Amino acid sequence: MSIDESAIKALPYPVSPADEAELAAFVGESHARATPMCIAGGGTRVQPGSVEAEHMVTTRNMSGIVTYEPGALTLIARAGTSLQEVEDVLAAEGQALAFEPMDHRAILGSKGAPTIGGMVSANVSGPRRIQAGACRDHLLGVRFIDGRGRTIKNGGRVMKNVTGLDLGKLLCGSYGTLGVLTEVALKTLPLAETEKSLGFPGVTPREAVEIFVAALATSFEVSGAAFHAGTAWLRVEGFEAQVDYRVGRLKELFSGREIDVVAHAASRNLWRDLRDVRHFAPSEDAIWRILIKPTDAPDVMAALRQLGGEASLDWGGGLIWFSGPASSAAVRKAVGAGRAMLVRPGSLSAADLFPPENSAVARISAALRKTFDPAGIFNPGLMGN
Amino acid sequence: MPTIAMPEPDLGILARASQIIERLTAVVSAEAVISDPQETRAYECDALAAYRCLPLAVVLPRTTEEVSAAMKVCHEMGVPVIPRGAGTSLAGGALPTADSVVIGIMRMRDILEIDTANRFVRVQTGVTNLSVSAELEASGFFYAPDPSSQLACTIAGNIAMNSGGAHCLKHGVTTNNLMGIRMVMASGEIVDIGGPLLSGSGLDILGLLCGSEGQLAIVTEATLRILPRPEGARPMLIGFDSAETAGECVARIVRSGLLPVAIEYMDDVCLRAVDAFANAGYPKCAAVLIVEVEGSEDEILHQIMRIRQIAAELNPVEFRTSRNADESLKIWKGRKSAFGAMGRLGDYLCLDGTVPVSKLPYMLKRIGELSKDYGLEVANVFHAGDGNMHPLILFNANAPGELERAEAFGADILRLCVDVGGCLTGEHGVGIEKRDLMTKQYSADDLAIQMEIKSVFDPDWLLNSAKVFPLEASKPYRDKAVRG
Ligand SMILES: Cc1cc2nc3c(=O)[nH]c(=O)nc-3n(C[C@H](O)[C@H](O)[C@H](O)COP(=O)(O)OP(=O)(O)OC[C@H]3O[C@@H](n4cnc5c(N)ncnc54)[C@H](O)[C@@H]3O)c2cc1C
Repeated sequence: MSIDESAIKALPYPVSPADEAELAAFVGESHARATPMCIAGGGTRVQPGSVEAEHMVTTRNMSGIVTYEPGALTLIARAGTSLQEVEDVLAAEGQALAFEPMDHRAILGSKGAPTIGGMVSANVSGPRRIQAGACRDHLLGVRFIDGRGRTIKNGGRVMKNVTGLDLGKLLCGSYGTLGVLTEVALKTLPLAETEKSLGFPGVTPREAVEIFVAALATSFEVSGAAFHAGTAWLRVEGFEAQVDYRVGRLKELFSGREIDVVAHAASRNLWRDLRDVRHFAPSEDAIWRILIKPTDAPDVMAALRQLGGEASLDWGGGLIWFSGPASSAAVRKAVGAGRAMLVRPGSLSAADLFPPENSAVARISAALRKTFDPAGIFNPGLMGN
Repeated sequence: MPTIAMPEPDLGILARASQIIERLTAVVSAEAVISDPQETRAYECDALAAYRCLPLAVVLPRTTEEVSAAMKVCHEMGVPVIPRGAGTSLAGGALPTADSVVIGIMRMRDILEIDTANRFVRVQTGVTNLSVSAELEASGFFYAPDPSSQLACTIAGNIAMNSGGAHCLKHGVTTNNLMGIRMVMASGEIVDIGGPLLSGSGLDILGLLCGSEGQLAIVTEATLRILPRPEGARPMLIGFDSAETAGECVARIVRSGLLPVAIEYMDDVCLRAVDAFANAGYPKCAAVLIVEVEGSEDEILHQIMRIRQIAAELNPVEFRTSRNADESLKIWKGRKSAFGAMGRLGDYLCLDGTVPVSKLPYMLKRIGELSKDYGLEVANVFHAGDGNMHPLILFNANAPGELERAEAFGADILRLCVDVGGCLTGEHGVGIEKRDLMTKQYSADDLAIQMEIKSVFDPDWLLNSAKVFPLEASKPYRDKAVRG
């Protein structure tokens, strides 16, 4: 397995337990001594220095697919399994992770191999989020070690499960602050037979959002709606005849506009690049991920551009990617009711990755973290205190 | 005698009943508080009607602020609270105790905001599930989760139980269609989580609340994701002469890469009851699948053709496609009234375990065998596409010992679900019904962390506290909680 060795070696005492029991024992000891640790999957997103820790713990030795049942649309894998391995195994059966997890390596310049555990910890999703949901919507169950060293399971491997509290949702997107995932069960879905994309060149952000709003109100199951460098893109997927039909109907809907159609492999590459925000990779500036109400996006984009830098859209306008030199305070002010998360700090402080929560939510979140991790040993400081 | 125990009521609270009612009446409008047993009778049970208990009082607020005020009184006076929607829970989730106050949100029925451009609606949670989609009809949108009880059940109940429905195979269950909530904490504090944005950025507290069965807070408002209506939809009926073959057909359709909106299963016992009730014209055979596909006319025909090919390999006794809107309506009416129709045959216990789709044929066979062992008839009607089974165990409540026998049979089926890799409940929730089976699925640690989380939200264990967690396991938490 290729792991970003340099990132891991930069921290003292890298620990890579061989299995769940060894990890549980290590965490239990760390709990007793209150020694903090930084948790890494493939190390593609952990920036040494962003967490004050004595140990770097990796799940690299806890990898492998436990079961994959294409007929039941379920896959169970150990947390350290590389995302690539999972995607290859699924593709061989004509299936995929429908939420289209983005690959952060392009914008972060990191080298490790993203793991399935890291993906779940950060709730990583891509353009298909608008149609298929996020990673958290496809997570069926988890196993993890909590901050006392207890081995916990929650959920399971079936499509529908309301047995007890849903802790998988909490773990997903908790960036390792609640527990160390050891195993995840995910729902898989059939890959679409084919896809096509409609490009609308020379449009403003406001026109782009108008196009998205109109397209996403149709029944054509638009599975991508993004805007970058003056072009708005819509994606449709399905079987051949279906895709042609949907493209035709969308062209009718926007008959006054110039439209380029991109098909098959070219369309796939286009969305992979949009997914990974490759267009902002070359700059040195900070990169922000901003959640926003789609119809507010054009005004917020204008406000952001006043600060210098560039912005693009995904999720039908519900997600703004912004790259620019502005301070965190200026960006958060410009986004108003939106929520801005710092994905690549550039020259900004990495202590400021997450937007502040309202006070009640912050209090509940802190109490939850204390419940999972009483001694505060998991990624301390990463998501606030 | 029913076999599920509830804790003894707190005599101290019962002694203070009149003071409690007085204080409640002072903070919400007088007509919102009910304590006359004649009137509270309507709230003594939910759809798990074998279990009944009159609450101390019922409060029916019209605003979040009133819910908060009533909750504050109960918090100060240490009175247990039972959150309630329409009372259609099949798991006893809304069952009161004698020392409890029911806070029901069914009078909170306002649609607060419809925003089709950003694809969400915001509602008070007392609106019924069906009325949300009805409100959206003119705009061409709908709200996807569609429990069979949708005419009656509330969005609050749907959120509490993370309810599903026939069309969830494609569009997901409640948690996949919920964007935000306003909730009243056990302390009475009002807290907003999420909203019209597509994801949160901190811990997914919304995801934790959905499906928490009234254990953590009272949910009073919700922001729901809405979807454009499909161009068209059409169900087909596929009949088989054996349950296992029908189960096999489900597994093959799922495997094929097609994603129908719904795959529903009904067996012969159910078919007879439904045909007598809804006159749906179902074929007479061992098992029928209702498979619905969506899209344009061509898209629909293409999918029907592919499903026909898959089914043909298994020699169905009948393959029938709905020819018009009227027939489609009839097909679905039969399915959606299945529980009601079964009710006319007598008493039944409805189970809700979920298994991997590939295990359906085995499960159907084992349930049939167990039915003979227990000498009780079973009807199977369920959401087959996602493996969510609903065996209905028929019994006669007036025959001594039959309910106990039915419950034991049910417990055996649920254990079997867990043994083949499934779970105790797919969409109805644990409530009191599956409470004591939780140890089959979860270890002591698995349950402990869930109860510790409840304590974060509800340190005094006032909210729905004798449910979800096995009584023995929750006892230390319930005992520790200070009662005023
Ligand atoms: C004939 C029939 C068919 C059914 N079909 C389906 C189906 O297809 N799919 C499905 O998923 N379910 C189904 N159910 C089960 C039931 O309808 C659902 O669980 C429903 O969501 C309950 O909603 P309710 O408003 O009746 O809630 P209630 O029964 O009143 O309460 C359910 C739970 O929610 C809690 N609760 C209620 N209001 C709140 C609130 N404001 N805040 C916090 N907690 C609250 C209660 O304490 C209780 O635990 C069916 C039931 C029947 C009787």
